[in-house]
Amino acid sequence: MKHTHLYNYILGIADNSLILAQRLGELCGHGPTLETDIAGTNISLDLIGQARNYYQYAAKIKGEGKTEDGIAFLRLERDYKNVLLVEQPNEHFGYVMGRQYLFDVFHLLFMNQLLNSTDETLAAIAKKGIKEVSYHKRFSGDWVKRLGDGTQESNQKMQEAIDELWVYTDELFDQTEADKAMISEGIGIDTSKFKEVYYTEVSALLKEATLEVPERKYFIKGGKKGTHSEHMGYILAEMQYMQRTYPNMEW
Amino acid sequence: MSNEQIKNLEEIFEARIARDEKIEPKDWMPEKYRKTHIRQMSQHAHSEIVGMLPEGNWITRAPSLRRKAALLAKVQDEAGHGLYIYSACETLGISRDELYEQLHSGKAKYSSIFNYPTVTWADMGAIGWLVDGAAIINQVPLCNTSFGPYARAMVRVCKEESFHQRQGFEIMLKLCNGTPEQKEMAQDALNRWWWPSLMMLGPTDAESIHTEQSMKWKLKRKSNDELRQQFIDQTVPQADILGLTIPDLDLKFNEKTGSYDFGEIDWDEFWQVVKGHGPSNKKRMKDRVGAWERGAWVRDAAMAYAEKQEDKKELKKVS
Repeated sequence: MKHTHLYNYILGIADNSLILAQRLGELCGHGPTLETDIAGTNISLDLIGQARNYYQYAAKIKGEGKTEDGIAFLRLERDYKNVLLVEQPNEHFGYVMGRQYLFDVFHLLFMNQLLNSTDETLAAIAKKGIKEVSYHKRFSGDWVKRLGDGTQESNQKMQEAIDELWVYTDELFDQTEADKAMISEGIGIDTSKFKEVYYTEVSALLKEATLEVPERKYFIKGGKKGTHSEHMGYILAEMQYMQRTYPNMEW
Repeated sequence: MSNEQIKNLEEIFEARIARDEKIEPKDWMPEKYRKTHIRQMSQHAHSEIVGMLPEGNWITRAPSLRRKAALLAKVQDEAGHGLYIYSACETLGISRDELYEQLHSGKAKYSSIFNYPTVTWADMGAIGWLVDGAAIINQVPLCNTSFGPYARAMVRVCKEESFHQRQGFEIMLKLCNGTPEQKEMAQDALNRWWWPSLMMLGPTDAESIHTEQSMKWKLKRKSNDELRQQFIDQTVPQADILGLTIPDLDLKFNEKTGSYDFGEIDWDEFWQVVKGHGPSNKKRMKDRVGAWERGAWVRDAAMAYAEKQEDKKELKKVS
């Protein structure tokens, strides 16, 4: 296929949104307040909407009768390209907001650059999604501050979440073969250019939240290359259940 | 206030309602009116938020991205309805925390229909089509109820509910036009949800304790049995369009009345579920109470943080 790199590049972006939306979807109706439930569902909904745009574009590029659902639901685990961060479980609300914030800061920086992509479809998707993502970041950032600078218990819990999730942040900037090829064509985003901005911004907010910025020595990665955590199989088992049980049907 | 003065106020109050004037939170109202409204509105709000659970159960397994998004949006709408109605209820002088406490302790009720499990994807269709369909029949008259905040909340709720109902029907239609397996899934869902949906319209008039007073206050415009008949007459032709069979051997169109005659409802089952012994009562309460308890530290943190921010503002002012 002529556009293999572009196809893989799009999936790399889309899978992050899909898997994070899936994780947020698990929480619907189980949040600490009705207001956070509504907001969490809203973020999940935005991310699904973005993922659909990307998958529809990917399906068009791939041809061969591919559909958005075929791509979203019927790949093998090793073919999903999301970062490990987004597949981490909803241990407690601190993890949920921590995971969201660490992703949202990256996501917004990324979308801001994607606006300038030479690929018009990707630029258009970014333009549409940027307002949503900046709202996500405000929401999750506010909660990291509240929990960090709330009670002693919430501070501990938020710190625990940040400490555990921190090891997955470096992978956000990891570049696959598809990433590199797309960057050289002016389609993809060179994430290394805003890596320092990312850590500076996140660290500033953590400090404001009276949290400690974890020291970064060791990081874990693999999701972008399809080597996921043990959580991923269960996410997919649930997500793919209908499509796998009832193949080739319309819903 | 003397008894005579109260009687006078009550007469003025009842006359206002009779003239179709809206009662607003700051207006004088009989204690019974306030209590009845707190009971009915909180029951309604609780039904919305407990109702998020059976449908939320399928978000992670929705069969397509389009359906996943629509289901998320629907459950979010329900949370929104819960929020408006709780707020409207709070204008009567009760806090949301107190209302939650009543739900969690079992003192307050919610619609029994949500105590049935959602076991297949078709249940998402059946709930939209039947449960939301029955809810609309119950709720449309409330857009003109006497208590202003409730009436206004219901206008928006009903608009969204009718969208949900169409969406549910469309899920069913897709299944019924699909493979034999899909159609069987749809029929099975109808079989399980039909009778509980009829029960949603409440006990028969003979057994309904609140009807008379509620009619006077326009909390109710038609009796339970009339509403149930309306629901059946509206739904049977829709089942025909789908090519599905209503699971009632006694169901028959009556030329004389222009309505459908139908079989006996299993009221023992109804009371069993109302009293807390349905298939999912325990699970629903465990989920709600669990979410509330697990969220306590989060709410405490938000409160503490807000107080600290206030203190900082004060300090700034002083300096």
